[in-house]
Amino acid sequence: MATTTIDAGPVTYTKRRNWKPLRIAIFYIFIIPLLFIWLIPIFMTLLTAVRSLDDITMNGPFSWPSSIELGNFREAWSTGGLSRYMANSFIITIPALIICLSLASMAGFALARFRFKGNLLIYFTFVGGSLLPFQILMLPVYRLSNVLNLYDTYWALIIFHGAFQIGFCTFVLRNFIRTIPGEIFDAARIDGASEFRIYRQHVLPLTLPALAALATLEFTWIFNDYLWALILVQRDELKPVTTGLASLRGEYIQAYNIQFAGTLIAVVPTVLLFMFLQRYFIQGLTMGSSK
Amino acid sequence: MAQTTARTSTAESIPKARRTPAWRSWHRLTPYMFLALPITLYSIWVIGPMFYSVWMSFTNADGISRQEFIGLANYERLFRDDVFWTSFYNNIRWLVAFITIPIVCGLGLALILNNDLPGTRFFKAGFFSPMVVSSVVIGLVWSWMYQPYGMINELLAWLGRDGMPIGFLADPDLVTWSIIGAALWRQVGYVMLLYLAGLKNVDQTLVEAARVDGASSFRSFRDIVLPMLQPVTVIIVVISIIDALRSFDLVNIMTRGGPYNQSNVLAQFMYIEAFNNYNMGYGAAIATVLALISIAFIFVYLRRMLRVEMEY
Repeated sequence: MATTTIDAGPVTYTKRRNWKPLRIAIFYIFIIPLLFIWLIPIFMTLLTAVRSLDDITMNGPFSWPSSIELGNFREAWSTGGLSRYMANSFIITIPALIICLSLASMAGFALARFRFKGNLLIYFTFVGGSLLPFQILMLPVYRLSNVLNLYDTYWALIIFHGAFQIGFCTFVLRNFIRTIPGEIFDAARIDGASEFRIYRQHVLPLTLPALAALATLEFTWIFNDYLWALILVQRDELKPVTTGLASLRGEYIQAYNIQFAGTLIAVVPTVLLFMFLQRYFIQGLTMGSSK
Repeated sequence: MAQTTARTSTAESIPKARRTPAWRSWHRLTPYMFLALPITLYSIWVIGPMFYSVWMSFTNADGISRQEFIGLANYERLFRDDVFWTSFYNNIRWLVAFITIPIVCGLGLALILNNDLPGTRFFKAGFFSPMVVSSVVIGLVWSWMYQPYGMINELLAWLGRDGMPIGFLADPDLVTWSIIGAALWRQVGYVMLLYLAGLKNVDQTLVEAARVDGASSFRSFRDIVLPMLQPVTVIIVVISIIDALRSFDLVNIMTRGGPYNQSNVLAQFMYIEAFNNYNMGYGAAIATVLALISIAFIFVYLRRMLRVEMEY
């Protein structure tokens, strides 16, 4: 396990020689203010979310909060309905993630390890499909979910995301499985293992780093989806947090403090995921581009 | 190269005695068994719908009356529609912005942050963090910042600007650029990350050797690092173009294409026609044009991948 790494590039050392103290100082003097400016929208969101509406109208967007109003969060969470939206997002994202990863790992295994007619064509169809603009799928997917009685249920979103994300996941997993030495599978075959057992007992465990990377990335993508939630779900009780925030905005048109409190709650899952699994997240993104 | 042997060794490793005709035909079926479910699902929800959209674009579908074939009528109407051309032109602006600013800024940041000084990991995460939050959140926050008495106007006033506040989202000449500004805030960190991954593959010994030979840092950057980053740059450009053509969320949240369609893009135009005005056939025609433009770039991407495959 420890020998399989995702970056298969040449040995690298990013360490720079002769970093003179002056250059180090310039680096920090430059980068810290730059990052600060870059993150101003985030600081302003934090600041606005804890202010009262009177405070904002009286003192403008920039002043320091006159009091800390944690009630804004409670308002957005319960009255604003964010608790419901948040639960919906998880109800949609997790099954979709399981569908897409399990199916893509099977497809990735088949495309990486078997020679057969149409292998490259199928592989390229998966990759090409995952890059399409969503508009070309919108009307038929909307109709199909109506025909199948899935429209305005969780399942419409779960199945669509699960199916659509197979494309990108197959792309990444196929290339990852190809880097696993074939001797491992040959040894299992000689021992008489069936292909399905090889998939379950050898491929899946060895692919775990790539699966973890994809899981963090795909979780974020599906969780943050707005377009499909807009089209496939109408009922307020079923809305995920993205379209839910848009409704919250309609309810609290000028109440930016409540809107932003809601916004901050909405980003907690993906931000936590990123903070704790940053390495996997970044590997997932760069795996998709390095080929 | 090692992968060629890995890939072809599947059948050969089985003892000859076990390779009966039944085993062979079973073995030939195995990959299809693994592929059956993923292909079925992908065909039903992705590939099939793509072709069905194209078919719909030749019909008068409106969700109520009987759907009839009307030939190219939707396309004739489309190419005479001013909103289409405004949206198309705005998509070009998105595209130009996406293949210039994030690439310059992202590469710059990647070069600066490509070290292991303490705190660098934190800085990288900081620049990347907008990518983690949803576009709805970014749209909400930036709409607020762009308000007449919002953060940016107040900041400009504080810096000494006089006169009426700027209507970032109300001024027809500014509105598209304002939305693109919010999108770029998200995109720069992503491109930075891709370049950081690309820089890992730059052989530092070459840069070192150039330095020993007396090359300036600028020259070694131009003549060694930049050419080595060329493959990753091509991928970043293609991905950026595809992303620019997909732009929808921010436009939908910040302006819904307004004022007077001045910030419309093809994706939002299609959404309004198909799902607000129920001109589904017409919407499908917009989607088809958008997809055709994207597919041209997707093919560039796939052709590159094919070349890599052929090297094995």
